[in-house]
Amino acid sequence: MAVPWEAMDASIPGPALPSTTADTDLFIAGQVVGSRLILGTGGMTSPQSLREALVESGTSMATVAMRRVDPTTPHSLVDLLGELGIQVLPNTAGCFTASDAILTAKLAREAFSTDWVKLEVIGDEATLLPDTVELVAAAEELVDDGFVVLPYCGDDPVAARRLEQAGCAAVMPLGSPIGSGLGIRNPHNIALIVEQATVPVVLDAGVGTASDVCVAMELGCDAVLVASAVTRAHQPPLMARAMREAVSAGRAARNAGRITRRFHAQASSSFEGMADPWPQA
Amino acid sequence: MTERTEVTVNGAPWTGLAGTTVGDLVAEWCTSSRGIAVARNGDVVPKSSWDATRITSGDRIEIVTAAAGG
Repeated sequence: MAVPWEAMDASIPGPALPSTTADTDLFIAGQVVGSRLILGTGGMTSPQSLREALVESGTSMATVAMRRVDPTTPHSLVDLLGELGIQVLPNTAGCFTASDAILTAKLAREAFSTDWVKLEVIGDEATLLPDTVELVAAAEELVDDGFVVLPYCGDDPVAARRLEQAGCAAVMPLGSPIGSGLGIRNPHNIALIVEQATVPVVLDAGVGTASDVCVAMELGCDAVLVASAVTRAHQPPLMARAMREAVSAGRAARNAGRITRRFHAQASSSFEGMADPWPQA
Repeated sequence: MTERTEVTVNGAPWTGLAGTTVGDLVAEWCTSSRGIAVARNGDVVPKSSWDATRITSGDRIEIVTAAAGG
């Protein structure tokens, strides 16, 4: 006998969830994060477009990288985020070792007076996949030093658990490689991470368009981080709006509790009481 | 003859007067100290120590700030 389709489709756990009409706030490290959409600022072609996208996204937190000052350009990014009331989340993008990432986090803390860091330790130049060994080591040291660590990690539930055990305030599994726009390649692993996590799960990396964000939220992620999908879209502000609505729709669908998948149809109209204009003798 | 201090700032050679502080360097390199952090030989120099920290020849100084990034 064939395996029922419901059993084969393990990507979305069954009827799950608190069906509430009023949503709850997202807390990370005891702080309310107003929007479940975190925006990355890299890849935008114009400052005006970035500003509009930030506004349209409704985000309350945006990532920045730490780079050498360029005396020829004013450093207006932090000013822009400050003006819009958006929390700066520094990242350690470009770091390939725990020690590089730790120094970058400490520089960011000094520059922006924030303990929060999106921890990235990259292990491969072509795929930008995280180096889990270095990542866990950096997370442990930064947590000990008082940082609120949000690690960008693979979609590996064991790695996510290790990071949580290291004291990270959230876990940020990738959907697919950074900037690839390939969406969520292993939804089942994301569902497993969500199931076990006792800290917020933020889907990070790989989003291509709004439906990917929707799926992430339907899988139970607490928030989504989007960068390239917005900044490199043809119309970044419009895509930022789409992402905002996708977060909202996906979150509501998750809370509403989706129906079970079926292999065959199940009529939604009852057969009872059907007219019978041509009765057979 | 005035003594000089030769250091590396953000990967490039830089020469200044002996006694130059981290605070002096930031003032020269940046329009504002807001959002700026400095590492000297791989260690963060806290803002509160900038003016008291003199650079010495051979130092590797990094002056960083926020840049667009995911």
